[in-house]
Amino acid sequence: MELSGTSQKTITAREAGLVACTRCARAWPLGTPVCGRCGAKLVSRKENSLQRVWALWIVGLICYFPANLYPMLLTRQLFTETDSTIISGAVDLAHHGAFGIAAIILIASVVIPLGKFWAIAFLAVSVRKQGGIASHRRLLMFEVVEYIGRWSMIDIFVVAILSALVQIKGLVTINPGPAAFFFALSVIFTMLSAQAFDPRMIWDAQDNDNEVPDHG
Amino acid sequence: MSQVADLSHAPLEELIVCPVCDATYQLQRPKNGERAVCVRCHKVLIAPRRKAGMQIIAVAVAVVVLISAASMLPFLKISAAGRSNSVSIIDAALSFTEGPMLVLALLTAGFILFVPLLRMMLTIYVLVPVVLDRPAARHAVQAFRLSEALRPWSMAEIFALGCAVALVKVADLATVGFGPAFWMFGVLVVLVIVQDSFLCKWSVWNSLEHPKKR
Ligand SMILES: [Zn+2]
Ligand SMILES: [Zn+2]
Repeated sequence: MELSGTSQKTITAREAGLVACTRCARAWPLGTPVCGRCGAKLVSRKENSLQRVWALWIVGLICYFPANLYPMLLTRQLFTETDSTIISGAVDLAHHGAFGIAAIILIASVVIPLGKFWAIAFLAVSVRKQGGIASHRRLLMFEVVEYIGRWSMIDIFVVAILSALVQIKGLVTINPGPAAFFFALSVIFTMLSAQAFDPRMIWDAQDNDNEVPDHG
Repeated sequence: MSQVADLSHAPLEELIVCPVCDATYQLQRPKNGERAVCVRCHKVLIAPRRKAGMQIIAVAVAVVVLISAASMLPFLKISAAGRSNSVSIIDAALSFTEGPMLVLALLTAGFILFVPLLRMMLTIYVLVPVVLDRPAARHAVQAFRLSEALRPWSMAEIFALGCAVALVKVADLATVGFGPAFWMFGVLVVLVIVQDSFLCKWSVWNSLEHPKKR
């Protein structure tokens, strides 16, 4: 714990014969089943968590394909009927000159989800093997995935707002397409996948490398 | 370094473990406004603030009022060729109505209204006794646990940015007007973000364990 900026060598709870509560940060003797302070289940490392991570990751990825192939918005105007997917919707926006908004949609719906799939897979693989990039970099990656991932839901909310708002019968109506359903599922499953990951394993992998002392 | 050696003898209550990297420390309480940070991974472990409890409760009450009001009042209004349509946030959430889309409607309503609302009510329930130096409320532990578990699923601020995007998309088709709920929701998003930065999880757990000592 750093109060003044002085650094010290750290010891992990597991090395000290303790098990930590990841919810409330309390320490208990190794083998204690439940945290006496907050009631969370105590596990030194969620060893089986990787299976859960991968299972949720795969479901998320499977949902991501129909999310991009099916239309997201069904727009009915006086004489025309347009079905737009996530990508074609963004391209349309760019054609109208709304580059900023097109960029938000592309980042939230394409870049973030794909980056998330890649990052979770990378982390899940990297805790299994020695070496590779430093724990700090991997942790940063994990945190980015956890905090940014939720923002992908923005496209769903846009569809919800548009579908409720643009209902002027006979003139123009907008309705949600099936992609909205799959996209929401994809975001939810990747969020669950990231939550299942135990970041403590990132550090264990590095400790095993014996290339530590630097970060003390 | 001596602290490392001492760990095995220290009472467990006097330890704190970083939930991210498992580094174990002897508890040193930072003063108000200071922060205790994990040296290994730089996670903020404790960040107490003066009168944070009172401020958090005040913000939570404001948010509950705003969400209740904002969900019912007109939110956005569009008009084209003399015809118009105005919607509330509930309408927006429930715009997914066919078949499996209904699930989506319920999820959306949950993410933008019910989860933020529930989190704030749980926060009030847990913190009021703590701030008044009373014994913890019944099931306060479960309540705070639920509130923390729901944190990532509270998406009011994402919905707010979604509005901005939707407005640009609609601008071509029709004229858009803002209802009172739109502005309420804007304030609400700021409050939710402020709220999150004030709350020190460790301090809450600690005061639930030792109600009077704080
Ligand atoms: Zn606990
Ligand atoms: Zn740490």
